[in-house]
Amino acid sequence: MNRIHIQGGRLIDPANGVDARQDLWLEDGKVLAVGEQPQGFKPDQVIDARGKIICPGLIDLGVHLREPGQEHKGTICSEGRAAARGGITTLVCMPDTLPVIDTPAVWELIRRRAKACGNARVLAIGALTHGLAGDQLAETGALKQAGCVAVSNTRRRMANTLVTRHALEYASTFDLPVILCSEDPHLKANGCVHEGAVASRLGLPGIPAAAETVAVARDLALTEHTGCLSHFHTLSTGRAIEMIRQARQDGAQLTAGVAIHQLFLMDMDVDGFNAACHVDPPLRTQGDRDRLRQAVRDGDIQVICSDHQPHEEDAKTEPFPLTAPGISGLETLLPLSLKLVQEGILDLPTAIAALTSGPARVLDLPLGRLDPGRSADICIFDPDAIWELDPETMASRGKNTPFAGWEFRGRVTHTLFEGRLTWSNDS
Amino acid sequence: MNTPIQQTDAQGRLRHFLSIEGFRREQLEQILDAAESFAMLPGRQVKKVPLLRGKIITNLFFENSTRTRTTFELAAKLLSADVINFNVNVSATAKGETLLDTLRNIEAMHSDMFVVRHQASGAAHFIARHAAPGVSVINAGDGRHAHPTQAMLDMFTIRRHKGDFTPLRVAIVGDIQHSRVARSQIMALNTLGVSEVRVIAPRTLLPAEARSLGVHVYHDLAQGLEDVDVIIMLRLQKERMEHALLPSEHEYFQLYGLTQARLKKAKPDAIVMHPGPINRGVEIASEVADGPQSVILQQVSYGIAVRMAVMSMALGGTAGETQS
Repeated sequence: MNRIHIQGGRLIDPANGVDARQDLWLEDGKVLAVGEQPQGFKPDQVIDARGKIICPGLIDLGVHLREPGQEHKGTICSEGRAAARGGITTLVCMPDTLPVIDTPAVWELIRRRAKACGNARVLAIGALTHGLAGDQLAETGALKQAGCVAVSNTRRRMANTLVTRHALEYASTFDLPVILCSEDPHLKANGCVHEGAVASRLGLPGIPAAAETVAVARDLALTEHTGCLSHFHTLSTGRAIEMIRQARQDGAQLTAGVAIHQLFLMDMDVDGFNAACHVDPPLRTQGDRDRLRQAVRDGDIQVICSDHQPHEEDAKTEPFPLTAPGISGLETLLPLSLKLVQEGILDLPTAIAALTSGPARVLDLPLGRLDPGRSADICIFDPDAIWELDPETMASRGKNTPFAGWEFRGRVTHTLFEGRLTWSNDS
Repeated sequence: MNTPIQQTDAQGRLRHFLSIEGFRREQLEQILDAAESFAMLPGRQVKKVPLLRGKIITNLFFENSTRTRTTFELAAKLLSADVINFNVNVSATAKGETLLDTLRNIEAMHSDMFVVRHQASGAAHFIARHAAPGVSVINAGDGRHAHPTQAMLDMFTIRRHKGDFTPLRVAIVGDIQHSRVARSQIMALNTLGVSEVRVIAPRTLLPAEARSLGVHVYHDLAQGLEDVDVIIMLRLQKERMEHALLPSEHEYFQLYGLTQARLKKAKPDAIVMHPGPINRGVEIASEVADGPQSVILQQVSYGIAVRMAVMSMALGGTAGETQS
């Protein structure tokens, strides 16, 4: 009996080609009507969205949830709250929990926890190999039956190319998308920053761009060979974009994604041994960053994600090479994406598509769109609200962000997950 | 959260010495001048002075080092400071104690200065960032990043022999990529305004963007040594062969070893330097290491004067007062 009327906002629903002033009517956790008021609808609640933008709830592909196993970094509940604040209604979690998601039992545990917390939908990417160790196949058939939406070996190394081939073939048996984090472990070695001028000057072990391109070339060839559904996750180099673009032009059915911080930060941001900018893959050159931005605009990249990796303070309080890579990114995913719009890089529907319908299409989910009958997962934001990021006010357990003190324009005022308000900050 | 560490205070006085980067030419010359006041005639012992009486200096070494630690210790004692040595077993920190834990523990003993050596690039900056206010940090080598006092003693050696830096051509030969000494030397030489810095090495031993450091790159030793005033040889670590960066010591010496014949390519009065310890027959022939153009042993003795200069400046004693 939960009826909501969202009134007076500008609805942007890229999957349905909608960008117009339209009201929404929600009932029992689903979208009942868009644009035209249903007969006899008596709302329990009216949300005034005048001056605001309404879009599908964001889908964040590839977050590191930390539970089970690393609850000191984040829990399903704490990160779910952070997601709600960021307008994210679906978290697609990576399998590198402790233990890893390589059996239905671990996924079942996460699913129950997520249901109990209730502030976001949690979907799982299952492990590609047993224990993510890279040498034996995980029971991906069982994982699929249990509801995993994709498989991945994260950034952990595969034993060899033959195992990768078989793993991709086996996953394609079940039409499971494979989330590829293409990286050659030998070329990466003990590197922690982009191998370029900054690494040369600071004497930090570098990761060459070739660590990514060598692996992307291999994975493109294996994708073609096996016919699997490949998603190239969190790319960092311009050269890899060219390879992906060429493969797509040649007819390959594959998709690509980028972490939002890669569209803003560069290797020079690491200067002064700034561990907040220690990420994996590393921040690369301005040329790479600009090429990645262009790829989102051109549609060669269809997914922007946060690559959320919350950490406790200690993990970042070490000399740079000893710090843990990663950014707590849920609460800056939308604000940074809006910055791309403000800087004229993207138009608003393209930015929103990369956060909603883009990832939904990669994973073949019935989400990320707001036509009648869909789950009422909705993000409402005030595009003119100006605010400054203070990590201490973040809901995520991880306060590790390089964007502290950044000024943003655009702030989430309401998040609805299955028609329930999970966040509101309407002042 | 990540504001840059200032190595000097508002009045321009030395607080930390973490990297050559950020210092101006006059500031480096000031350090050399101060070292000059400590350095006695060659062969004579440096006089003990009471400049840092009552100060406590802690040597915090996370990497094995005998000679660097010893020269720091001797320099501190000649300044009348009290010295504590901590050789932190790397495996002990691997058992869960973070660098910050170690620092807090040692800080409880109220040091005025930490002299730090650590295997991670950026470790000295990290300690300077987290040390109690008023505690100075001297970098005695962090990863591949910097070893600024070694670079300054090399500059001191060069100035003693050559006087003016501006007309000089300097060649650094060997493993630049893994060398904190080379990075600091390159920055110091460029800051002091030499005419040219060359690096000579095979590509596997060069940083990805060596030229961005402000050097000319040579792969051929004979070409690179042509008309140089100063030759700095770097030590070759044995593990470079294990990681497929070089085929053998034999080939390395064939191509990059400094022999008497090759030394002739340089100017007749060129000096030969090496931060030590030397590998005879690997990067340098004995005839050169022990020859008349070698200043390797002088470097070691100047190391004490330079470290005295840096320590006394950072702890507020000025070198000039001592000599009156």
